Amino acid sequence: MTGLKAKAFKYGDDINTDYIISGKYKFKSADMEAMAVHAMEDLDPDYHDKVKPNGGFLVAGKNFGMGSSREQAPLVLIHSNTKAVLAKSFARIFYRNAINTGLPVVECDTDLIDDGDELVVDLEAGVVRNVTQGSEIPFPPLPPVMAQLLADGGLVEHFKKHGGFNL
Amino acid sequence: MLQQTDRPGRLIAISGKTIAEKIFSAHSGTDARAGDIVVADVDFVMGQDGTSPLAIRALDNMGVAEVFDPQKVALVIDHSSPSPIEGVSALHTIMRDFGKRTGAKVYDIAEGVCHQVVPEHGHVVPGDLMVGCDSHTCTYGALNVFSTGVGSTDGAAAMASGKLWFKVPDTMKVTYEGSLQPGVFSKDLILYLAGQIGVDGATYEAIEFHGPVIDELSVDARMTISNMAIEVGAKAGLMKADDKTLAWFEGRGTRTPAPVDPDADAVYASERVIDASAVGPQVAKPHAVDNVSPIEEVEGTPIAQGVLGTCTNGRLEDLGIAARMLEGRRVHPDVRFIVAPASKQTYLDAMAAGYIQTLVEAGAAVVTPGCGPCVGTHNGVPSDGENVISTANRNFKGRMGNSNAFIYLGSPATVVASVIEGRITDPRKYFG
Repeated sequence: MTGLKAKAFKYGDDINTDYIISGKYKFKSADMEAMAVHAMEDLDPDYHDKVKPNGGFLVAGKNFGMGSSREQAPLVLIHSNTKAVLAKSFARIFYRNAINTGLPVVECDTDLIDDGDELVVDLEAGVVRNVTQGSEIPFPPLPPVMAQLLADGGLVEHFKKHGGFNL
Repeated sequence: MLQQTDRPGRLIAISGKTIAEKIFSAHSGTDARAGDIVVADVDFVMGQDGTSPLAIRALDNMGVAEVFDPQKVALVIDHSSPSPIEGVSALHTIMRDFGKRTGAKVYDIAEGVCHQVVPEHGHVVPGDLMVGCDSHTCTYGALNVFSTGVGSTDGAAAMASGKLWFKVPDTMKVTYEGSLQPGVFSKDLILYLAGQIGVDGATYEAIEFHGPVIDELSVDARMTISNMAIEVGAKAGLMKADDKTLAWFEGRGTRTPAPVDPDADAVYASERVIDASAVGPQVAKPHAVDNVSPIEEVEGTPIAQGVLGTCTNGRLEDLGIAARMLEGRRVHPDVRFIVAPASKQTYLDAMAAGYIQTLVEAGAAVVTPGCGPCVGTHNGVPSDGENVISTANRNFKGRMGNSNAFIYLGSPATVVASVIEGRITDPRKYFG
């Protein structure tokens, strides 16, 4: 079985960027490792400690990442060892920021996932395998532009490789 | 309907275009339609002190030492301004050094909120496409600019190349019919819409705001509506440019506005008509912007702090509403009232008009032009269990720096009526 393997940590709808990383921390530093301990703090003070050791998937409902343009949001999730975010839908700026910084985002029916389920996320095949429940959840592939950016290793690497946009 | 051939011998019907489709067509050199992916030229790129340091790091990682055009890039220090702690001071230094190195303009701590500073200095004009590393960059939609918030890495790519990729959005058309009651303001109109369609009601879409109520509003008041387009998930909140818009730009900068109207046969993803005459003061309750009630349902809620300012409602018209209501009155003794003018120019204009004198005499604490207490960095973090009523655009839990506080959002008039009485108060009685 290929793909990213980890446990699901499940939350609700409309998780905003202040929940992911509060403004009171984000403006203080550019050290993401230090800020990551505050990831999701107001919603789940233990998020970082639970996810960091073995990695995990952040699973949510609709409109994940609504609110600010802060790129610290995907970055603190990455630095908390979040392997991917799975949600029914994403807010637009967060979705772009996640791809640009290398955090996989998967739009799928997360009603089929419970907190604590073991998942394997196969980005290439476009399927989430729920090992605990023995089910498979298909998801649509990334738009070609975003797939290309991810294939190049993110937007920074795309620019280094091509000297600008080459989409 | 226009008739156009896409290949010899075949006729297809092509409808007109929305404002978004026209601006993306003009900036990408393509016949841009909703759903298309385009790489477009941007007219301006902005970052603030919460986002610019990461953009500068991304440029460094790209190996890019210069910005595409120093006249078209600005960094604004407004979110934690002046710096409250040493960590922030270091980030501000990174921005100032970048400005010196690249020639990009840095608006430092005295200048105000990015979304007031950028248009005031004429950096954008109607018909432009611009991006900013701040989600409320959608504010300039009121000025007929397709402006949208992006993250730091997208911002860096735009600063490096003068371009960015976009998905041309579908457009929701919102028309406000009727007229506003006395004591009801543009803030109430956008809060009402948020309550109707929800925080993801326009995700991945642009909104066009139309109708006689929009035509009647000042440019200041229109910016309040576009500012909050992101609060329903929208990429932009666009309005037509009219004589008021063009008058607003007189004497600001050197570029010539190129207003863009939608075609009469433009195709909208959805259309919604709101009777503004039936809309009273609206309040968004903790902890979501779409948790909106008519003011009657929250009247009497005790408050400990009121905030007037931010990119939503810190402009001259807002300060004038507050000053007129507070003339000969005082802020309730149990309430702190914090006022942050949106910019240095707003501050100067409000002083010249006597508003600042009136507000300070009434008991307001006026803080440096900037984001003030809205983002929880300084300038008025509430205490545990306190209720705050604010003119800001977000009431997320913890937004103002304390996750045990409760934030209500309303118009400047609602905030001022509430700070006078010490509890959430319907402002209409002050406009009788």
